Amino acid sequence: MVLSSALPENHYASDSSLHSTFASRYVQDSLPRFRMPEKQIAKEAAYQIISDELMLDGNPRLNLASFVTTWMEPEVDKLILQSLNKNYIDMDEYPITTELQDRCVNMIARLFNAPLKDGEQAVGAGTVGSSEAIMLAGLAFKRKWQNKRKAEGKPYDKPNIVTGANVQVCWEKFARYFEVELKDVKLQEGYYVMDPEKAVELVDENTICVCAILGSTYNGEFEDVKRLNELLEAKNSKTGWDTPIHVDAASGGFIAPFLYPELEWDFRLSCVRSINVSGHKYGLVYAGVGWVVWKSKSDLPEELIFHVNYLGADQPTFTLNFSKGASQIIAQYYQLIRLGFEGYKSIMENCRSNAKVLCDGIRSTGRFDILSKDVGVPVVAFCLKDRSKHDEYEIAENLRRYGWIVPAYTMAPDAQHISLLRVVVREDFSCTLAQRLVNDIHKVLEYLDARPPRLVEAVAAAITHQEPELSSEIVPEGIKISAILNETILGLKSPRRLGSFKTNGVC
Amino acid sequence: MLTHASENVGTIQPVFGSRYMVSPIPRFELPEEMMSKDAAYQIVHDELLLDGNPRLNLASFVCTWMEPECEKLILEALSKNFIDFDEYPATHDIQDRCVNMIARLFHAPLAQNEQAVGTSTVGSSEAIMLAGLAMKRKWQQKMRQAGKPYDKPNMVAGSNVQVCWEKFARYFEVELRQVNLRDGCYVMDPEEAVKLVDENTILVCAILGSTYTGEFEDVKLLNQLLLENNQKTGWDTPIHVDAASGGFIAPFLYPELEWDFRLPLVRSINVSGHKYGLVYAGVGWVIWRSKAELPEELIFHINYLGAIQPTFTLNFSRGSSHVIAQYYQFIRLGIEGYTLIMKNCQDNAQHLAQKLKETGMFNIISKEIGVPVVTYSLIKKDRKLYFTEHDVADRMRQYGWIIPAYTMAPNLEHMHVLRVVVREDFSNSQVVKFVRDTKKVMDFLNNEESVSSTLCAPTQDQGIHSPLDHGYHSDGHPQVKHEQLHPQINHEQPKKTIKEKWKNFHWRKSTEARVTEARATQPKKIKSSTGGHFGGRVC
Repeated sequence: MVLSSALPENHYASDSSLHSTFASRYVQDSLPRFRMPEKQIAKEAAYQIISDELMLDGNPRLNLASFVTTWMEPEVDKLILQSLNKNYIDMDEYPITTELQDRCVNMIARLFNAPLKDGEQAVGAGTVGSSEAIMLAGLAFKRKWQNKRKAEGKPYDKPNIVTGANVQVCWEKFARYFEVELKDVKLQEGYYVMDPEKAVELVDENTICVCAILGSTYNGEFEDVKRLNELLEAKNSKTGWDTPIHVDAASGGFIAPFLYPELEWDFRLSCVRSINVSGHKYGLVYAGVGWVVWKSKSDLPEELIFHVNYLGADQPTFTLNFSKGASQIIAQYYQLIRLGFEGYKSIMENCRSNAKVLCDGIRSTGRFDILSKDVGVPVVAFCLKDRSKHDEYEIAENLRRYGWIVPAYTMAPDAQHISLLRVVVREDFSCTLAQRLVNDIHKVLEYLDARPPRLVEAVAAAITHQEPELSSEIVPEGIKISAILNETILGLKSPRRLGSFKTNGVC
Repeated sequence: MLTHASENVGTIQPVFGSRYMVSPIPRFELPEEMMSKDAAYQIVHDELLLDGNPRLNLASFVCTWMEPECEKLILEALSKNFIDFDEYPATHDIQDRCVNMIARLFHAPLAQNEQAVGTSTVGSSEAIMLAGLAMKRKWQQKMRQAGKPYDKPNMVAGSNVQVCWEKFARYFEVELRQVNLRDGCYVMDPEEAVKLVDENTILVCAILGSTYTGEFEDVKLLNQLLLENNQKTGWDTPIHVDAASGGFIAPFLYPELEWDFRLPLVRSINVSGHKYGLVYAGVGWVIWRSKAELPEELIFHINYLGAIQPTFTLNFSRGSSHVIAQYYQFIRLGIEGYTLIMKNCQDNAQHLAQKLKETGMFNIISKEIGVPVVTYSLIKKDRKLYFTEHDVADRMRQYGWIIPAYTMAPNLEHMHVLRVVVREDFSNSQVVKFVRDTKKVMDFLNNEESVSSTLCAPTQDQGIHSPLDHGYHSDGHPQVKHEQLHPQINHEQPKKTIKEKWKNFHWRKSTEARVTEARATQPKKIKSSTGGHFGGRVC
């Protein structure tokens, strides 16, 4: 009997259903990258191919760079899955989802002490994230200011906005896309948030708002909104302007009310007209939900609102996005009623105490300065005391080998010579993980100490190769290097090291 | 004594035996205490039962069904933040591949293996704002260079555009010049559009798949007219194609149709991944013809893993599952799969249109060529109907179908239409069921009409007539009819009261009242504020 070695032409097609995924033809071809493929492939194969490729992404849970929630209870996962095919904007078809959004807005507004009567609907909206929320808030301020100037018969073509240089990149985006000048208060060494005095100095009659950050991106510190409010009130009463405050509480909005209820930063202050908060940060929902609330209806110009009439009731909407999934809103409502004040409080307390464990651990190495404050968002920002041999970037790179994603950044303009490592302590970062991270930092330090500065090493080798006469400056064995050369080499910066917070897309 | 121990809910105590089920749910204030997760899940889940069923929502283009494999991928990626390029490079690479595939599908002039210019967005709304912003900035730069004023930009579109163009115009301070529709022509007339173009026009927007009828606008003719106009005047007015719904239809069903980057003035195109791109709500795409169309100053550079990554988005943090799901669909279906699905949609749409036409009660307004939607209205002939399309929609809801009725665009506000979007998951057997239920509804309404017109006869003087009024009770006192319908009515009551009661009861429900009310409120609420107006919330 002769065994045929040639496979029939339709070999794969004929019994493709029998093939295990990895035996199918699909794993032989490279994935289409530029053009849509001509033919279909089996759904199991498509799933497996994509899922396998995504293995190369970092593990979200070990991503300590981001505030964004990476863990939720399985019950929520179920709710999310069930509502994946619901379109949030279809208020007519999904009135309950819309109502859940309204309830979330109500709860958040009251959490921020908005002056509301019992049973009164708060003014606010669910968004895709703080970015959309900020643009909506900024737009409302801009339009309000324009209307005022128009009514006064004054020019209204040069609006500006005052912020600290530590703001998130989306404020810059807002400024550029909506044609508003961004005046930023520069930071200085040792003081990494906006100085209220300097901010108020920058305010003029064209200032549409001053933005204060509750939880600075760099070190989690709260800006002194109360002081800003006082100063601005004084200035407003002197000049007759009515410059408002917006609080960007993207990360701190769900921290301060639970851990520091006495701290006045919200609608208790007279100039604060709107606040944004990220539901997907300490609101404890997966990426894709933010909130913006206004103090009252009068802070939101009517002309920006689009009215949708659903089931006979008028539903005002103010969004940049239109169709989007409804699951994140539903998940937020779940968290609010599931956890309540008590649950949020104990989670935030846990985060704070784990941040403290980590902070103490890092301090105990004796090699780092801690830049974050005790009061603030639970992040630990730290930088090397001695950067002469190795820098924070090398630590970050080496921590990745242990699985940790702890990026290093340079500070904002004016303090750019400082680079730092930042660990965000989320609810799912337990004490055990904190201790393990400290251990791994120890190991990385030991490893790095045993090695010559990498850049120095490379450059020294290159120099000895190309410029033999310079080799006298370099002692080959231990790669000791003359002080002058060392400084020059360390002064060289690779493009990566220029990345500051803003250009790295920290969130 | 009975106690509600919160710790035990779900483990020992049944959820429906817990105290959470008897206390009111928090609506305004964050509750003080925690609630067991089972109870929270059940409460939220059960309340959502009252939402419409997305699969039966025939009002929306937005995809409501995906393969379970893809749902698995989505679930796995829920915790990934799309904007974290540094941490999730594979996800970002997948986005670039989708952009490449779509750009090539739309015939962008690209060299082999050249990276296309485009980005994923949350939906077409963000995509449109980005595209509009790019064109606005480009125009500003040009005017500034020419030393001309650049504070009065405008754009031209048909009045059938989606509401987000109006949003773009209002939020980014651009004047929106609309070409009005007219009877029989429900899309933008290219000639009229070009007439509205002037030096300050940043773009002309053409819609591939009009919201009203699914019809494709004639982009080719627009391109030609605009080219001539540009040549004559020396301006360089570009075209943006809003292919939100048609972008994944035309390339598969009508590959010969020229509407995309094959036309020289088409500089950018947006398409909704969550419509015929077959992904759940939350993904859109915008593609530019080339780098030159995207002003550098709008791009933010993000530095990741040593490489500089340009980004242009309005949103920042968001989930990455939808982008992954889009890529799944592209490689899973390929051109073959998309073509098969779109063909099925088209067949089912034609079948539905045919069946509805056969009932003899509806006019079909949608065209055969276009996005697979069926838009239809009641045949009025010469008799006056006592119900409208809105009542048909209302009654259909009782059978579970969600088909809203809309009034047409400005200038055609007298027209009311019903629209069914045929999505991939709307199968032929559903078409049959839908037609059957429509017939039932029409029978009911026709029947109700005769009854109510009979009973409302005294209101003749208000201008309401029915052919049935005559002959039966020309005296205007239809008491006989009452007794037949409601034998239990107390005969001793003064007849007038019965009549009044019955009339009021019926009158309240009667559509004529609703229609009158709707008509009274509608003129105030134009497109943006719609009582069931197309532009308001159709997606």
